[in-house]
Amino acid sequence: MSVTLQARGLTKVYRTGEVEVHALRGVDLDLEERELVVLLGQSGSGKSTLLNILGGLDTASSGEVRFRGQPLTTVSDSALTRFRRDHVGFVFQFYNLIASLTARENVALVTEICPQPMDPAEALALVGLAERIDHFPAQLSGGEQQRVAIARAIAKRPDILLCDEPTGALDSETGILVLEAIDSVNRELGTTTAVITHNTVIGQMADRVIYLADGRVSREERNARRLSPSAMSW
Amino acid sequence: MRALDRKALRDLWRLRGQVLAVGLVIASGVAVLVMSLSTLEALEQSAATYYERYRFAEVFAGLKRGPERLADRIASIPGVQTVQTRIVRYATLDIPGFAEPVIGQFVSIPDQGAPLLNRLVYRSGGPLAPGRHDQVLVSEPFAEAHGLRPGDRLDAVLDGHRRTLYIAGVVLSPEFIYSLGPGALLPDDLRFGVMWMSRQALEAAFDLDGSFNNVTLDLLRGVDPDDVIAALDGLLEPYGGVGAIARADQLSHWFVTNEIAQLATMSRILPAIFLVIAAFLTHMVLSRLIAMERSQIGLMKAFGYSAREIAGHYAKLVVAIALVGILIGLLIGVWFGRLNTAMYADLFRFPTRIYVTSSAGFMTAAGLSLLAALAGASSAVWRAVRLPPAQAMAPPAPPVFRRSRLASTRLWRWLDQPTRIILRNIGRWPVRAGLTAVGLSASVALLVLTLQWNDSLDYLAQTYFFDTQRQHVMLGFAETRPTSVLQEVRRLPGVLAAEPMRIVSADFKVGHRTHRGALSGVPEPARLQPVFDDERSAVVAVPLDGLILGERLARKLRVGQGDSVDVHLLEGRRPVLTLVVADTVATHIAMPAYVHIHRLDRALRERPGLEYVSLLIDSRAESLLYEELKNLPAVSAVMLRQAAIDSFYATVIDHIMVYISMFTVLACTLGVGVAYNSVRIALSERGRELATLRVLGFSRGEISYILLGEVALLAVLALPLGCVVGRGLTIVMASSFDTELFRVPLTIEPSTFGMAMLISLAATALSAGLVRRRVDRLDLVEVLKTRE
Repeated sequence: MSVTLQARGLTKVYRTGEVEVHALRGVDLDLEERELVVLLGQSGSGKSTLLNILGGLDTASSGEVRFRGQPLTTVSDSALTRFRRDHVGFVFQFYNLIASLTARENVALVTEICPQPMDPAEALALVGLAERIDHFPAQLSGGEQQRVAIARAIAKRPDILLCDEPTGALDSETGILVLEAIDSVNRELGTTTAVITHNTVIGQMADRVIYLADGRVSREERNARRLSPSAMSW
Repeated sequence: MRALDRKALRDLWRLRGQVLAVGLVIASGVAVLVMSLSTLEALEQSAATYYERYRFAEVFAGLKRGPERLADRIASIPGVQTVQTRIVRYATLDIPGFAEPVIGQFVSIPDQGAPLLNRLVYRSGGPLAPGRHDQVLVSEPFAEAHGLRPGDRLDAVLDGHRRTLYIAGVVLSPEFIYSLGPGALLPDDLRFGVMWMSRQALEAAFDLDGSFNNVTLDLLRGVDPDDVIAALDGLLEPYGGVGAIARADQLSHWFVTNEIAQLATMSRILPAIFLVIAAFLTHMVLSRLIAMERSQIGLMKAFGYSAREIAGHYAKLVVAIALVGILIGLLIGVWFGRLNTAMYADLFRFPTRIYVTSSAGFMTAAGLSLLAALAGASSAVWRAVRLPPAQAMAPPAPPVFRRSRLASTRLWRWLDQPTRIILRNIGRWPVRAGLTAVGLSASVALLVLTLQWNDSLDYLAQTYFFDTQRQHVMLGFAETRPTSVLQEVRRLPGVLAAEPMRIVSADFKVGHRTHRGALSGVPEPARLQPVFDDERSAVVAVPLDGLILGERLARKLRVGQGDSVDVHLLEGRRPVLTLVVADTVATHIAMPAYVHIHRLDRALRERPGLEYVSLLIDSRAESLLYEELKNLPAVSAVMLRQAAIDSFYATVIDHIMVYISMFTVLACTLGVGVAYNSVRIALSERGRELATLRVLGFSRGEISYILLGEVALLAVLALPLGCVVGRGLTIVMASSFDTELFRVPLTIEPSTFGMAMLISLAATALSAGLVRRRVDRLDLVEVLKTRE
């Protein structure tokens, strides 16, 4: 299986005033084609920092990230913008929808600027929102808003889907609906997916679970069988 | 310091860009108010003390020749306190080293003692030596223009006799704060000056022994000048009285009060615009601040701060913002005020330096600004205080958007999402967007108002100097001359054509409406000084029988074509003519009335005569002609068109440029204040959205489009609106400056609209550029991590 995203020796040091915070202390990681990886860790373990660097939102203090063999750590800001635009889909804990655009338009926002998008309606159908397509964010529930965010992330047919605590702001029932959407996108489109969470239960839906602690990968487990989100509960 | 106060200070520092932007708008209003009020006060005070101390007369009358004993009868008119008879005549002067003829207005002063009225202020030198009939006092502006000093000499042609006069002193008079030569629009100190000589000397020079041709009065307190004028006119009628006027109509005083009235208008209209915009901006800034501080307000309330304490906290912020503006405004206002009064000092001659730092002006400006800012902020503060703490601490619900009718149109489908974001944001907060557009349009409007002054003045110069006056030189005679004088004038060197004109003082009466003015007799066809309609841009023919009235005179008398007007001529046998209005003409200067010159001659039952001759000359023989004119006995005034044009432009350009620069700066401040705050607030409200878009792969340029597109769109909408409002403001200003002597033409060239829009767009682009830099510094990670 080929590697989509590869990280080697990543470190990240934040300086806030006179204090130095080591968020990452040398992380090696491979995300393979079509797999669903869950990154598990307590808050402060460095998982969000890792995701941001992998997604081209932030730069590492040292180390290297390669996307399909091409280095990402040394390129310009506009090349990183290009990388995000063409290859990466993001889902955030807070859905970050544009309040002034409907569900369909929020998805179209992305499909208008990428090379081979799917139809926004199709993407919304994939996450089970075919009925709510012309609603504004203020007219949708939290779970529905998060599913719009997922539709927005996948509509560009990204090579990588990065989800940062996608269920963090939702109750468990709604959270499972959201995870089902992520699961079906991974299975049907074969998008390499990384989900970060502190909820260990979610690890059961992954091909692989990577545990992060104190800025390092502490261990890694491969699930024999991926559990459907509908079979999970917390 | 209390924690809350420390927070207020830090908030001010954090918001310094916006505080400064709002402050500058407030400052602009304060500056205009302080400038106009302090200039207003300076002019009013200076004139009042000058008039009082130097006993400026209250009634003025001219006549042909009256015996001195008439003075006693004048003094016995009820209400008259002091009578000063005198001799006033124009004469040509020959100033060494100055080629063109100069007009002098000679005024007599008593041989012994100071004049009873219109006393002189000695600036250098001293009074006339007793018995010296060749000594003269000259007005200061004239002396300065020619570099004349006590002891210098000049030549004058007094009633045909060339005399050498020696300057004894340089003086100022309350009668000539603003001194205009005959036929002039603006003071020209090089070509017109006032001279004072002893009564005996002028009696001898003008053959007026034991007589006078001018009288001034002052009245007992509370006496109506109109009653005195009626009695005086009756007394002077047999002696060729040409109609007395009250102080209000005296030329110099009229200009001073007119200027005061204009400043008063300015001090009402312009600061109001700025203060309203400032109120809107403080509202915008504070609403945003409070929206961002919702949870903190909730927290403060949870801690037990009362609503009043929280309101007080935000009120302090507003007061601080206003104080920044007031302070800057005071400094700029004082500076503008000094510029402005320096300009007036040039135009109006007062014996003392006239700048006044008006404390009433300061207080008014500061008070109004503070009120405007507090009024603007009050609803935002009220909303903050009303929030229940629990609700305040929770994040606000996302704003509700609805599909508009526009969304179902075909056009909508063509729009990309960023453009839809822009349009929906405008649609979601229409009042705010509207106010932003109105604010930006106010800046355009102010620029239109300012820049159109150039157009109006050009138009005025065009119609007055080129369309109406086609002559090069106009000669004035002290007394009516027979038409044979035309032949003599035509024989002068360089004269290509000569045309006569008569001007006779007259009262126009229709029912109970009257107007005291003059009737001009013109030949037909008149080629050198035709009757010209400024609006139709056409020469109007003067019929042999019938009256042509200036439009405003017609309006004052409420007559139109076909109505008759009784014209009481105030000269000769004082005949009364009933004339039918043949036509009316639009003019911007004075309120003229014309008849055919033959009709006037017939009415006066005199042999044909004239008081003025218009000349077309060959410029190559100019200096030769001027030399002759200086010695021509009967000529009392020589008016050169080119000199009048030059002085018009020199004076006006100087003065108007000061105003144009001042107001352009203020208008730009307004534009920047509105645009910067709008964009800055949009950025802080939508930072999260914009960062999300960056994460989704939008470039900086693309998200800048969303951020700046809205203000750009509003700016574009504001341009035509601003032009319309600007035109409206121009009309308001022009009509408030409308007087009997002078009407500001309403012309705005297309290029003026264009320039106003360009300047305003540049100001908007500048403020957008300032905020654009912040877009580059958006922290993508941080903004996504936390809810605001």
